[in-house]
Amino acid sequence: MSHAHSGKLHFTFDGKAFEGKPGDTLASALLRHGVHLTGRSFKYHRPRGIVGLGAEEPNALITVKRDSARVTPNLRATQIELYDGLVAVSQNRSPSLAFDVDAINDFLSPLLPAGFYNKTFMWPRAAWFKLYEPAIRKKAGLGEAPTRPDPDHYSQRFAHCDVLVVGAGPSGLAAALTAARSGARVIVCDEQNQLGGSLLHDPHASINGHPVSEGLKVSVEALQNAANVTVLTRTTAFGYFPHNLIGLAERLTDHEAHPNPHQPRERLWQVRAKEVVLATGAIERPLVFPGNDRPGILLAEAARGYANRYHTNVGRRAVVLAGSDAAYQSALDLHAAGIEIALIADVRDNPTNEPARKRAIAAGLAIEDHLTVLGTSGRLRVSSIQLGKVSDGRVRAHRRVRCDVVVMSGGFTPSVHLHSQSRGTLSFDSKLGAFIPKDSPERCRSAGSCAGVEGLKAQLNHGAQQGALAATACGFPIDAPAMEADTFEGSMVGFPGILPANGDLPPKKAFVDFQNDVTTRDLALARREGFESVEHIKRYTTTGMATDQGKTSNLNALAYIAKDRQMSIPEVGLTTFRMPYTPTTFGIFAGHARGDLFDPVRKTPSHDWAVNVGGVFEDVGMWKRTRFFPQGSEDMHQAVHRECLAVRREVGMFDASTLGKIEVVGPDAAEFLNRFYINNWSNLGVGKCRYGILCRDDGFVYDDGVIARLATDRFHVTTTTGGAARVFAMMEDYLQTEWTDLKVWITSTTEQWSVVAVQGPKARHVLEKLVTGIDISPSAFPHMSVGSGHIAGMPMMLFRVSFSGELGFEVNVPGRMGSALWEAIWEAGQEFGITPYGTEAMHVLRAEKGYIIVGQDTDGTMTPDDAGVAWAIGKQKKDFIGKRGLMRPLMSKPDRKQLVGLLTQDAQSVLEEGAQVTLEAGLTAPYPMVGHVTSSYFSPILNRSIALAVIKGGRAKMGETVFIPMPGRDIAATVVDPVFYDRQGVKING
Amino acid sequence: MAKHAHAPRVTQPELDLSFIQKSHQGTRYIFRGDEAAKLEASGVLGVSLPQQALTSHSHQGLSALWLGPDEVLLISESAEDLKARLAPMSAVHSLVDVSHRQWALTISHPKAAWLLEAGCPLDLSLKAFPVGMCTRTQYEKTEIVLWRRREDCFQVEVWRSFSEYLEGLWAQVAVEL
Repeated sequence: MSHAHSGKLHFTFDGKAFEGKPGDTLASALLRHGVHLTGRSFKYHRPRGIVGLGAEEPNALITVKRDSARVTPNLRATQIELYDGLVAVSQNRSPSLAFDVDAINDFLSPLLPAGFYNKTFMWPRAAWFKLYEPAIRKKAGLGEAPTRPDPDHYSQRFAHCDVLVVGAGPSGLAAALTAARSGARVIVCDEQNQLGGSLLHDPHASINGHPVSEGLKVSVEALQNAANVTVLTRTTAFGYFPHNLIGLAERLTDHEAHPNPHQPRERLWQVRAKEVVLATGAIERPLVFPGNDRPGILLAEAARGYANRYHTNVGRRAVVLAGSDAAYQSALDLHAAGIEIALIADVRDNPTNEPARKRAIAAGLAIEDHLTVLGTSGRLRVSSIQLGKVSDGRVRAHRRVRCDVVVMSGGFTPSVHLHSQSRGTLSFDSKLGAFIPKDSPERCRSAGSCAGVEGLKAQLNHGAQQGALAATACGFPIDAPAMEADTFEGSMVGFPGILPANGDLPPKKAFVDFQNDVTTRDLALARREGFESVEHIKRYTTTGMATDQGKTSNLNALAYIAKDRQMSIPEVGLTTFRMPYTPTTFGIFAGHARGDLFDPVRKTPSHDWAVNVGGVFEDVGMWKRTRFFPQGSEDMHQAVHRECLAVRREVGMFDASTLGKIEVVGPDAAEFLNRFYINNWSNLGVGKCRYGILCRDDGFVYDDGVIARLATDRFHVTTTTGGAARVFAMMEDYLQTEWTDLKVWITSTTEQWSVVAVQGPKARHVLEKLVTGIDISPSAFPHMSVGSGHIAGMPMMLFRVSFSGELGFEVNVPGRMGSALWEAIWEAGQEFGITPYGTEAMHVLRAEKGYIIVGQDTDGTMTPDDAGVAWAIGKQKKDFIGKRGLMRPLMSKPDRKQLVGLLTQDAQSVLEEGAQVTLEAGLTAPYPMVGHVTSSYFSPILNRSIALAVIKGGRAKMGETVFIPMPGRDIAATVVDPVFYDRQGVKING
Repeated sequence: MAKHAHAPRVTQPELDLSFIQKSHQGTRYIFRGDEAAKLEASGVLGVSLPQQALTSHSHQGLSALWLGPDEVLLISESAEDLKARLAPMSAVHSLVDVSHRQWALTISHPKAAWLLEAGCPLDLSLKAFPVGMCTRTQYEKTEIVLWRRREDCFQVEVWRSFSEYLEGLWAQVAVEL
């Protein structure tokens, strides 16, 4: 707030107030206050400090809280941009970082080796779910999930470009600038808040004769001003998907003290790039030695970064562990920043006088060779380091050096995560001692240090070349410019694996993977337990897993395993890198798909009317359908009871607009339907309807619906609500691939028509008041007729059909007239006591008549005969979809499950849908089951329970007693015909 | 009762969304038939039914949009009865009235393409998706017909019950314009 322009940012860490400066990360601000201790380790709860500078940070995982709903765990302190008022808390400790009761795990660590959790807590099984798992989760968890709905807005977008450059360090910038000059569409992204990468902490560098700060400014402006370039900062390329689709997570507001609540917090970019240039840099490796995880021990390049970029000294007196020449450059920069260099301990086998080491010697820094580390001291911060001397392969104690910080460099590992995610192969660069990208099946190339290229000048030129190649490859030919650069720098080559030590077993507490608390002893144990494959070792020890993905640990683990087995690193092999590169929020993947935008909410014409009268809705696919219309204090049972009786005795109205509708037109329309549905359609007269059944080619029922013949060459097909899209797709599929000879075309008309079903003995009375242009008398318009006319002035297509078993009509009007139609029928029906009814009553009414619902009474394994609708099959037809499937012998076995009715012997006892059916009572599980209940209701008109069920050989069991086992009792029921009401069909023909 | 309480939609500012116009003006038909039928219909209607994929033709308020090799969306701004006009055709074909099936949502904005790229995976740059191009595609979970009328104007044809969803999504994305 007011502090921001005074140049001070106030923040708290674990409740304690601190000050930082604009441009700080949480890590740089804490380090400036001497705070290294920022977390407790995952398994042993050991105190841990900041190790890195950016995404590679394995230890300092932090929760940032804005308010009770905005709580983000597992952020890296090195990536959290400071803002005024930031509230940060450490994780994985109780009650505090300095005193953690679970640190007892550290003393018990000999009892907690790799695989401990898997082995110890397996049995008894029930205890795993109730006891062990929740307790372990709480102890071992990484942060806590927020408990309230996320109030933030997450956006998503698609983008297309010629060249995507991932990473804007020296190589990425050179690639982007070169590609941009070609005229290609370029997107360049970087996970940091500004472009520049390692150049941001390399004040000695000059590019083409200009100081680095100036060169950087000019380059960034050139990119930002180019119309063909999109620059994305704070944007992590977290995943490489097939066909050059790259997922980018752009963080828009996390760095702001007062984010605009209307703006998205993050934005997911799905970028389809013709060519990708990966310039993802290299990550420095820690050294592996006993006690290497103590707070105050960090990477040399990170310490250099804090000094040069953030003007933060990580300590007063440093010991530099040089496993690479680059460590000397860090020592020089720390020395220049005012940190006392107590000693540079070179741990390499054969240190040579590379450039940085030469400068360190010239600067008079204390250097000793052939050293190793035997241990470190200091409870919550390193206070001294015990060094050993290596000679003739033996280690002997050398001396203890006091210090408040140890910086280490084991060399650099090219960051090949995205290349690996692209299914790219790697090759081992023996000079570098690391894997570098080889081939990728995708159109991607790596540039600069992630490709193993050393030295600023070489990296810039390599970047420019890869940028030029990428642009040229997508039709924008350009030559790479030659670039000049100079800086002080060391080589990336380093020391992989564990520092020399005596003894058969590796030393204790020499951590390979800080984040997953994996030591060299765990790796040794994995070998003793017989794990050979590096993928198995990864899973057994958890090294390289989870949010870290082995950024700092992979190569050290491989080098250790290789040495242990006397193999080469390439022989050991490398595990696969998984996405995301760094943790990504769930919100960014959900995007706008939340609340009432999670899915389309499809509303029917009667929707608003139903809302006004207090209708209760249910989801049917994406549709909101009224389930029942309660009056007064009615519950569902009472409302459905009333609605059902109204339809049976008076008249009801029902919104049937959701049924799928397909218009089938052409001279071959009848022939097409003959082939498609099981029924015969040739003999259906114009103006008539028929109930149709559709099978798949395996002979199982797929959909059903009434089909009307509007003209010789025009049919109106209805489908189930849920089946509309798949039936349409299946028709189109057959027309395009199987029956290209047929002159027939289909068009979806589901939403062209609004439909109100008017059902009940008085249905005709209601419609007679409204309908013109068509005679709807029983003789002129019998059951299963269709005709056109007008209703209340609206053009109408009228079907005389019934899914209730009563005299029934379905009135179709042009879609936008649906609510007017609903109102008109409601008005006209008042004098007949018309009752709106919902899907629940509709289900009861149809079950009383034994009408099936495809998908409820059928399950994808039922033939028309199983479902009791074999009568629909056109016996004279040569073929239809499913005919040959139905000819298989198993399809006509007498003991197939067949649809029957069930009447419980206690008429008031309503069965559970899905309950199993047995032939005997009093059985103990497991027992043979002969079928299951598919539909079950209380029938108001029959004043008793009814159910539909599928039972093996059910139609031969009419009158027999079966049992439905429920907890504590078996319910007896009698097998009956599935038509419970008006079996003669008197009412439907009324 | 409603079974699940919905998570709230995020807060939204008052936005001027008048650059999105919703209309069902005119009549709409799906014409299906082979090349010869399309040729004959073109002669009758005075607008060429496209033979080339992803193209459209308009003439005097009547537009024909290619949706598939044998499928054309006809839009008559003056609400002509095309069924009557095409009745005399000799080539077999299918003509189905879909005037009530869909809405036209027209987005006129300098960043119209940017708005649509939030949910449509296609490349909507002018080079890849020029004026006059049309396609049946996806916007998040909805099928749409997308038609570029001008550089900064797209017409989106969407089935009636999906339009609220689409408008709701655009209201969210519009805060980023």
